[in-house]
Amino acid sequence: MFKILKRVSARIFGSLFRKRENIKIGFYGPPNAGKTSLANRICKDWTGEEIGSVSSVPHETRNVQIKEKVEIKYKGKTMTFKLVDTPGIATRVDYENFLRFGLKKKIAKKRAKEATQGIIEAIKWLDDVDAVIVILDATENPYSQVNITIIGNLVARKIPVLVVGNKVDLKKADVKKIESAFPDYEVVGVSAKEGINMDEFYESLFKLARKV
Amino acid sequence: MIEKKVSGKYRGLSLQVLPFSEVQDLTIAQRVKKILTLVLGNKIVILHGRLRPEEEARLIEDTMAMVDHIKSFRGIELAVIEPNLKNESFLVKFRYNLAKKLVGDNSALTVIGPATIVKEIKRDPKRLEVLLS
Repeated sequence: MFKILKRVSARIFGSLFRKRENIKIGFYGPPNAGKTSLANRICKDWTGEEIGSVSSVPHETRNVQIKEKVEIKYKGKTMTFKLVDTPGIATRVDYENFLRFGLKKKIAKKRAKEATQGIIEAIKWLDDVDAVIVILDATENPYSQVNITIIGNLVARKIPVLVVGNKVDLKKADVKKIESAFPDYEVVGVSAKEGINMDEFYESLFKLARKV
Repeated sequence: MIEKKVSGKYRGLSLQVLPFSEVQDLTIAQRVKKILTLVLGNKIVILHGRLRPEEEARLIEDTMAMVDHIKSFRGIELAVIEPNLKNESFLVKFRYNLAKKLVGDNSALTVIGPATIVKEIKRDPKRLEVLLS
């Protein structure tokens, strides 16, 4: 009898515990919104290491990058996350755009090929994350179909979403516009590069994790 | 038919209106294939209705696979415009959602064009602006 009770309680508490442990958080958004910059900021804050390289050339992240067991402490609570940084999702990839950044034709073509494969990989990962942070460039128009498609897919899969408006350190940034584009979601404005408003971000991240 | 002047010559550009009834009985793969076949023929597709989110994701996946394999193909531009019900009454919203459930979402318009022809589709809640390359 005691053994059965022990097993049942272990299963119940075990499943509760697992729910809050190593939550898989996907970083999604269009190219150059700052997904890797935000993932790097979190990783540097809590592990001292970065997850990947960043660049002003679009499609710098062309493979899904994973950081296991990132332990984050906020207001006396601790949660462990698995961060899944994905390539930016786009509907067009043109190697000629990379030439403008000074890349040689051969390298630009290789980058474009890897970018297309990265986008497919990012979409496939939608089925394998517990919650998603959608990172948008707060200086850009949020009403792009890619943003709507990403969020629509998360809603259809019942995956909790947090929207982050990045680059608030720039003059053109308009977080209110993102809020009015996505009124059903919590929106946090941050600058991943400068570390602005990260406290509010961590609070929202914990709220998001509780929805998993 | 729209014509565009390219280095002294006129190149044809087609708009193809696709009634939702033509795609509603197709599977996701068939629907996406139909759209991409038209786009590959340098047509701007105006779909009466909208794709489901998973169909839009599949459209992006298949587009990327084609960019990878077809030399001159650079991808697509995609935008959807639908009625703004934000300030409408509960009854209007209810009627709209009920009709959507019964006969499908054909109150929206989806514009899909080849990236080599459509530079950008600017979208705000009330209008779509298609900018050509």
